[in-house]
Amino acid sequence: MPRSSHRRQILGLMAGLGIAPFARGQPTRRPLKIGMGMGLTGSVAANGKAALLAMQIWAEDVNARGGLLNRQVKLVYYDDQSNGSLVPGIYTKLLDVDKVDLIVSGYGTNFIAPALPVAMRRRMVLMSLFGTNSNAQFKYDRYFEIKPNGADPAVDLTAGFFDVVASAKPRPTSIALVGVDNEYGAMVLQGARANARKHGFKVVYDKTYPPNTTNFSPMLGSVAATAPDAVFVASFPPDTVGIVRAAHEVNLRTTVFGGGMVGLQYAAVKQQLGNLMNGLVSPEMYVPEPTLSFKGIEAFLSKYQPRAEKLGVDPLGYYVPPFAYAMMEILGQAVEKTGGTDQKMLADYIHATRFDTVVGSVKFGANGEWEKGRTLWSQYHSVQGNSIDQFKRAGRVHILAPAEFKSGDLRYPYPPSVS
Amino acid sequence: MDDTLSLTVNTLFAGIMLGGFFAATALGVTIAFGMLNIVNIAHPAFVLLGAYLAILLNRWLSMDPFVAGLALAPLFFLAGYAVYRIYYLCFERSGQDALRGLVFFFGLLFLIEAFLIVAFGVDYQSVHASYTDEILRWGSLAVPLRILVPFGVSLAMIVLLRQFLKRTFFGRAVMAVAQDPVALRLMGTSPTGIKSCALGLATATAAISGAMLVVIQPIQPALGREYIGMVFAVCILGGMGSLYGALAGAVILGIAETTTATFFGPSWAPATAFGLLVLTLAFRPSGLFSR
Repeated sequence: MPRSSHRRQILGLMAGLGIAPFARGQPTRRPLKIGMGMGLTGSVAANGKAALLAMQIWAEDVNARGGLLNRQVKLVYYDDQSNGSLVPGIYTKLLDVDKVDLIVSGYGTNFIAPALPVAMRRRMVLMSLFGTNSNAQFKYDRYFEIKPNGADPAVDLTAGFFDVVASAKPRPTSIALVGVDNEYGAMVLQGARANARKHGFKVVYDKTYPPNTTNFSPMLGSVAATAPDAVFVASFPPDTVGIVRAAHEVNLRTTVFGGGMVGLQYAAVKQQLGNLMNGLVSPEMYVPEPTLSFKGIEAFLSKYQPRAEKLGVDPLGYYVPPFAYAMMEILGQAVEKTGGTDQKMLADYIHATRFDTVVGSVKFGANGEWEKGRTLWSQYHSVQGNSIDQFKRAGRVHILAPAEFKSGDLRYPYPPSVS
Repeated sequence: MDDTLSLTVNTLFAGIMLGGFFAATALGVTIAFGMLNIVNIAHPAFVLLGAYLAILLNRWLSMDPFVAGLALAPLFFLAGYAVYRIYYLCFERSGQDALRGLVFFFGLLFLIEAFLIVAFGVDYQSVHASYTDEILRWGSLAVPLRILVPFGVSLAMIVLLRQFLKRTFFGRAVMAVAQDPVALRLMGTSPTGIKSCALGLATATAAISGAMLVVIQPIQPALGREYIGMVFAVCILGGMGSLYGALAGAVILGIAETTTATFFGPSWAPATAFGLLVLTLAFRPSGLFSR
């Protein structure tokens, strides 16, 4: 058989099976590339990997529907090793070498800030993942932050906590502020001080601690010695565990204890602290309470949770993953509605539109933050033992604020007698 | 007891307990760096490896973390032995043990970290033992068992190791090998063999220190890097090769950190601790308890 005839037969067979590049119904254009640096190793890797998994699930969902603009979506990512100094180089490479069409940030303020100048130079839209007030100094008009901090992140983020504290009877009058000595801690404490002033609370302790602190008992001992009516903490995951344990050890007695304690949202930390979590007031991003019902969230979690367990990342996935997915949903919707990747059109569209996502309705303000903040200030109740399955059911985490999502009332004092 | 006195007593006690943990973590470096002149910067990574394996044994066999650490110690000994053989053949034998050796141990640190990420994932992991949530209280003094138990284990490990090094020929050979390997060879002993076993011993302590670490705090694969400065500080402060010196140095660091954290603010704690180290290097470069 002549070679050309043989080749035609093979190609015909492939086309018939729908696996040839020109098979009917398959996108024939080059993939739409979305680039990012992501902390896949190092200190923020737990969230970085979980976020990447959520984005991959989104890409698979989109590609199963035929892609965006009839182009398959391809995620191009590099590990920034949780090292902010690597971020500018990664984004330059993504834009110059990989020729990505769109960019999104890695996880966290420390990795968003170094990406912003690169995005600004190229006038790229930057979808940002869990930065806290990252755009305050840059004031970039094509920046959009998916974390629901609110229009004034420094103040809005913690406003709910102080509203909750003020609701206790008798009304608390003094507060202790403690925070990790990094950008996150500095920003959160700045907002906490403003909110304390607003409510007329006297600040009786206001100190930071270095990020590698091992034993928090001395610090909590000092806090307890000031006998505050409330204690606000801005901490990172390993510190959060240490601080909660230390509060228990120094016998901290107060009306409300909690704050921007990152880590309480993770399954691993929930599992470790168990009933020591009872009574803490902390921000959650999603909890399975009846007052929170967003279209698509359960379908997303049902895909995420089994894969997360295999990958060794947060098996609950209530913190970053739904928001990483929602961020990509917004970008995808903007690309489809504007019919391309023109950055100005995308930015204008995202500014002007209210998006329906797996984390609910999202509308960005002029500075790229959520127009209205939606941090879910929550309190842990009736946590028993160390099983994480209990957090998959309603009732363990009550939402105290904002009012439209409230699922329970503040219980005080801390610690609760049942813990 | 009035509040200030109670706070002071609790602070001092917390400093001593913390020092015990620091000493155990720095023990391997005290042997490797202080006695063998090997800048084993990968030691904290071995501690972390020990911590992860202790978690594994705890989950699979419900083994107490410290029993797991003890069970793992022989394996770590072999790992340390093998690491020294590679280090010797590639660097020390050819006299390239200074800078290239340091790079080798840095590489080993990242290799272990990468292995931990692949094998265990990047999420925070922890272990639960019967004593992790228990607190002993005497009046206003509160002593959490998650700190007290590691302190006790650390103390026992240091005393036993010190007696072993002091009372056995092998121990004395370890202490002699960095000072005069030729004399050791003249006594019919191979300095390479002694060093291999000594680094094995140093690495074996990492298995037990790892168990302590995971009892005290949740861990993630990159945590080891945060302990590099502290373990070398303890080793130098204590007098480079003195085990009791390392314990005393660690307790001094622990007390300095906790006292500063309590009375002046936690942000000043590392500055005080490392300021103390700078002063020691300035006025007693061989360490506080050097022989």
